[in-house]
Amino acid sequence: MYMRKTLIIAGLLMSTQMGVAQESRFGVPATQADIDKRFWSVFPDGEFLPEGEGNVAEGAELFEYNCNLCHNYPDENDPNKNAIGKLFGGHETMGTDNIDRTIGSYWPHPTTVFNYIRRAMPLIAPMSLTNSEYYSLTAYLLHENGIIGENDVINKDTLPKVQMPNRDGFVNAYPDIPEKYRTKQ
Amino acid sequence: MYMHNNKGKNLQIDATDHVAPGGLLSRRLFLNSALATTAALATTRAAYGQEDMVGEGQEDWTLYPGSDALEYGERSRFEVDRVRRTAGPGYQNEEFASLRTIVHRARTPHQDLMGTITPSGLHFELTHHGIPDIDPEQHAVVIHGMVKQPLKYNIEALENYPTITREHFLECSGNSLALWSEKPQEWNLQRMHGLLSGSQWTGVPLSTLLDECGVSPDAKWIIAEGADSGSLSRSIPIDKALKDSMIAIYQNGERIRPGQGYPMRLFNPGYEGNTSVKWIRSLHVTDRPAMSRFETSTYTDKMPDGKALQFTLEIDVKSMITRPSNAMSLKKHGLYEITGLAWSGKGKIDRVEVSVDGGKTWAEAALEGPIQSIMLTRFRIPWLWQGEPAILQSRAIDEFGRVQPSRSELVEARGTKGTYHYHGYQSWGVGTNGKISNVYT
Ligand code: HEC
Repeated sequence: MYMRKTLIIAGLLMSTQMGVAQESRFGVPATQADIDKRFWSVFPDGEFLPEGEGNVAEGAELFEYNCNLCHNYPDENDPNKNAIGKLFGGHETMGTDNIDRTIGSYWPHPTTVFNYIRRAMPLIAPMSLTNSEYYSLTAYLLHENGIIGENDVINKDTLPKVQMPNRDGFVNAYPDIPEKYRTKQ
Repeated sequence: MYMHNNKGKNLQIDATDHVAPGGLLSRRLFLNSALATTAALATTRAAYGQEDMVGEGQEDWTLYPGSDALEYGERSRFEVDRVRRTAGPGYQNEEFASLRTIVHRARTPHQDLMGTITPSGLHFELTHHGIPDIDPEQHAVVIHGMVKQPLKYNIEALENYPTITREHFLECSGNSLALWSEKPQEWNLQRMHGLLSGSQWTGVPLSTLLDECGVSPDAKWIIAEGADSGSLSRSIPIDKALKDSMIAIYQNGERIRPGQGYPMRLFNPGYEGNTSVKWIRSLHVTDRPAMSRFETSTYTDKMPDGKALQFTLEIDVKSMITRPSNAMSLKKHGLYEITGLAWSGKGKIDRVEVSVDGGKTWAEAALEGPIQSIMLTRFRIPWLWQGEPAILQSRAIDEFGRVQPSRSELVEARGTKGTYHYHGYQSWGVGTNGKISNVYT
């Protein structure tokens, strides 16, 4: 046991050069299936968006059955209205310091909608729909927020091209918060 | 002058012991045990007329053999109400809470704790999609993307590597968010600051695993994803991952608990809690962020000019007084110890100053060592309270000279709508009746 640890440490000291794959000591090569099972991200430029296609009408129907229960607030005065992600409206708050965090008024990238709902929604049955159905729901959410037209289709080519109203609303704070927002200290 | 401290001991205090107006005393008073304690241990052995059993007057637990050790130890039955309350009364409509939300929050009761390590069972938890019940035999993390060789590691594989052990705090960027509110909210200490904890974490440095995969020199970000029912995902700068991130498998000496990411979690020291993705199962090496929900719609800070700050990853220098706080009240005049916690996502705490007059004057508190990088540091200073109204505040300074801002300085720079990353002062107002409340100065 002691011998083995010593060997491992010696191995560690030798593995310094970045970018050179070391012989893995205990990991095993990951297959494409291993990766596909665990990796769900899609990028703003469309990388990793799957095949399939959706439209607003189908999205509206799917929303009614799968999402309305939690995301529809017919009563504007419902105190719980904003307790979970508010998905629609808020355009009039754009440009103010208290912008509503909705898809239409806040979200900077259209791909985030697909990225999130495919992995996480409906909350009680995530990943239970098809890629085309998630594209349809994405289309519906974008349309309800006044971002795409009623007859627009959403797929891996059209989604990254959608222009979000608040696409210029974010300031990168990594690695440093811009001077303007720093405290005097 | 003689005073009683809150434990009833006598204490001699003279003018040279005062280090700031308002009753703040030299920390040496507590540190050097310079207390002029004159508590006389009364010998109560009286002459008895008749001979009793020698145990007369002893409590039952001294007179009867105790129980066997448990397989997994528990706290005293007198301590079981020191718990993480998940939501305060009236916080959310019960029916609604069960039907529509699954964001669970369990907050650390700092008013009940001492030292800097939070017991694992009291470590805060905030889960967006509940706590998964993962069979470790069926779980593995894959590292892929811009690497020479994608690799897969299960817990057994990770156990073979030399591990590192570090004490680090973890803070949710939504901790203390009620202090952004324009009027002071009466949230107690636990609800206000309970999304913060400190633990000892043991795991494999992520750099070791990345090295084995052979990361491309063009790589800039890593997209981390968990195995929970939201497959929670965050983008982490590769510089951070190579510097000090780890795949943690132990917390406070035992395997990480389900609520903390069992069987393995990413841990990014000093970064906002959400980035330390629990139940980690995928690390995709790439050259740009994925812009996931939790780095766009959530955990971004709304600024006064209508913009929002994104990737505010590192926790700023911050502190709070835990005792006295609004989780308690001062029952009598006398000597108190002001104590609390300070931390910085960048490194070590250098200094903590305390004020009892709302920031007009400050005195340096004693820090309890060893002071560790990116870990909670406990501070303390004696305070003589004679019934006058007071406003207790602490401010921390880290080893890089970064000073914790006051609330008004923070609000001046970032407005009041940011929601996340509050790191200004916490001010506790003490009334003449000893009642303590959250106040602004
Ligand atoms: C059982 C209740 C429930 C159902 C059904 C449900 N959601 Fe959700 N949804 C939630 C909760 C709760 C959140 C907030 C989760 C969190 O904060 O992490 C949420 C968050 C979201 C968000 C992110 C909001 C934001 O502002 O960041 C989107 C988008 C979303 N849901 C879309 C959908 C869609 C589309 C469906 C139907 C396919 C759906 N939801 C079904 C409860 C539900």
